[in-house]
Amino acid sequence: MQAQKTGKTKVSDYFGKLFGRQIFIPIAALLLLAIFNLIADPSFYKITYGFNSAGDPVLSGYLMTILDYGSELAILAIGMTLVTAASGGQDISVGAAIAISGSVVLRVLCGTNSRPETLQAPIIVAFLVSCVVAMLFGAFNGTLVAYFKIQPMVATLILFTAGRSIAAWINNNELPIISEPSFSYFGGFIPGIPIPTPFFIALACVLVMTLVLRFTNLGLYTQAVGINENSSRLNGLNPAFIKFLTFVILGLCVAVAALIKVSRLSSINYSVIAKDIEMDAILAVALGGNPLNGGKFNMTASILGAYVIQFLTTTLYKMNVSSDALSAYKAVVVIFLVVISAPVVRNGISDFWKKLKLKVRVKEAA
Amino acid sequence: MKKKFLAVIMAATMVLGLTACGAKEAAPAADAGAMIKVGIINNDPNESGYRTANDKDLKETFCEANGYEASFAYSLKNDEQITAAQKFIQDGVDYLLLSAADTAGWDSVLKDAQDAGIRVILFDRTIDADPSLYEASIVSDMAKEGQTAVDWLKGQGLSEYNIIHLQGVMGSAAQKGRSGALDDAVAADGWKLVTQQTAEWNAEKAQQIVQSVIDSGDSFNVIYAENDDMAKGAVAALDKANIAHGVGKDVIVMGFDCNKWALEELLAQNWNYDGQCNPFQSSYIDEIIKTLESGGTIAEKTVIMDEKGFDASTITQDDVDSYGI
Repeated sequence: MQAQKTGKTKVSDYFGKLFGRQIFIPIAALLLLAIFNLIADPSFYKITYGFNSAGDPVLSGYLMTILDYGSELAILAIGMTLVTAASGGQDISVGAAIAISGSVVLRVLCGTNSRPETLQAPIIVAFLVSCVVAMLFGAFNGTLVAYFKIQPMVATLILFTAGRSIAAWINNNELPIISEPSFSYFGGFIPGIPIPTPFFIALACVLVMTLVLRFTNLGLYTQAVGINENSSRLNGLNPAFIKFLTFVILGLCVAVAALIKVSRLSSINYSVIAKDIEMDAILAVALGGNPLNGGKFNMTASILGAYVIQFLTTTLYKMNVSSDALSAYKAVVVIFLVVISAPVVRNGISDFWKKLKLKVRVKEAA
Repeated sequence: MKKKFLAVIMAATMVLGLTACGAKEAAPAADAGAMIKVGIINNDPNESGYRTANDKDLKETFCEANGYEASFAYSLKNDEQITAAQKFIQDGVDYLLLSAADTAGWDSVLKDAQDAGIRVILFDRTIDADPSLYEASIVSDMAKEGQTAVDWLKGQGLSEYNIIHLQGVMGSAAQKGRSGALDDAVAADGWKLVTQQTAEWNAEKAQQIVQSVIDSGDSFNVIYAENDDMAKGAVAALDKANIAHGVGKDVIVMGFDCNKWALEELLAQNWNYDGQCNPFQSSYIDEIIKTLESGGTIAEKTVIMDEKGFDASTITQDDVDSYGI
């Protein structure tokens, strides 16, 4: 009797806590999707080992597709979470910025010839240059937001509108194509390693961010600025600089995501590359249960949120949902998730469990 | 100090942006004389490889050396295009060349042009207006492009047709024409569509759609992509899964638009077919203007351009050089 009672209390305790935890939302969403797929068609989880046309071993299957295509989004979610937490707004120029830094990568690799036989510069140099450019554009956004106090969405609207034209201009409106096979490793597979490279790149970014959050005060300061700018200034922080910094970090994330994007096809199309990706990145942050008006954040939840979005997209493709209707289905799921993640609802559920627990106690007492 | 530095960076970035915009404006030639003044309204050249080639072709033909004084205006938005047309009418151009962003809303401005004695020639896209308002329209027949491609596919004599159909942006003229022909053949010949999805001209989306079909394990032997970008995305997915494609291989790859790089894929036998969408209207327009200037009349109001389809087994380097855009 005694054992059963404590067991019950523990379970309800546990659920009560879990519902209150931020990471609960993306995990629940992931489970929901996973169970749905298990019931609809268990072959969803089949992973096969094979070889690609270059003769290198690869793992393929829906799960691999999710890990592969969700990675850019996860990388962007890292930067977007910080920007959201510090500035209480979102950067909507991410897609355009990807077009720019992707264009820079190709420009450096190709020189003036849009169809080079050999690369004009090492890939790492091209990547570093694109990092610098992307961080400069991030700095541009950050300056407008932090020092000129412009609403983030309005400030980034400038780059959102102009970015793709700038990207086209960088390469003189030409569409370079790179035939060098090693360039395609970043968006494909490294010979001998059967897991898609984008996943490793995302993993590296997550690792770096974890270390930064653990060993520096970035996380603490970002949250402090997001929660109350004035009191953090009174405590000796420089809120403007921290906001500025988060935009620069997002710029770095953009450069990494852009490298993966251009590497996937070894080419670029300025008007459609990473189209609407900013919305998915913001969605990942929202799905992670982070308040979109700034303040506290949970990085793990955002990253998980990014993979949940890709999970959803892949599921919809698998169900043969017409791809132009995809966003409508996404919207339905998003409404559902955002409603559960709203603090009002979460507190309600949490209270419900507490009450249940109380009832059990009352019963025990009686 | 830090602030100053930031301000400099920001100013520099903004100037960068300005030059980017500046590069898109083409300055009209200064010296008029006996030149024919043309106002050209086109879509944004960055829209696609097709548009870039189209714009380049127009600029090469309508230059001072050929006796033209040309002004260009670019927009993907109908209302901005109409504003540009009004400006050209005020400037008193002789000819207005128009590739409209949208089919509707052109009646009143074209009437103004007619009243001002300006002759209008449509290229690339038709509009919903009375034909008396324009002299001629030079267009591609998208349905014929689709039909040529489908006829070619029929001619391959495969024992079964399991097709992945990647569509363009739904409702666009190119999508309607190219999808229509395939849909008819599917209905008539019992071909099977493994999937029919719009990838919105986007290579990344096409890659994901084809990836999804591969993951599902369904078999297919034809990829009918309505432009080259989508075919490229599809091929990227095929390469990942080691599915052989091209001449004499497991999967037939078809694209449209004849980008130069796509024709090179054909030449390398990695793709099988590419349908042309001719962006070179300027020679047709030039001819019409010459006829009108010399007092002649135009026999056909609607000129449909010659368009080819290239087969990987017969394509030559010359084709790539002369038809690649």
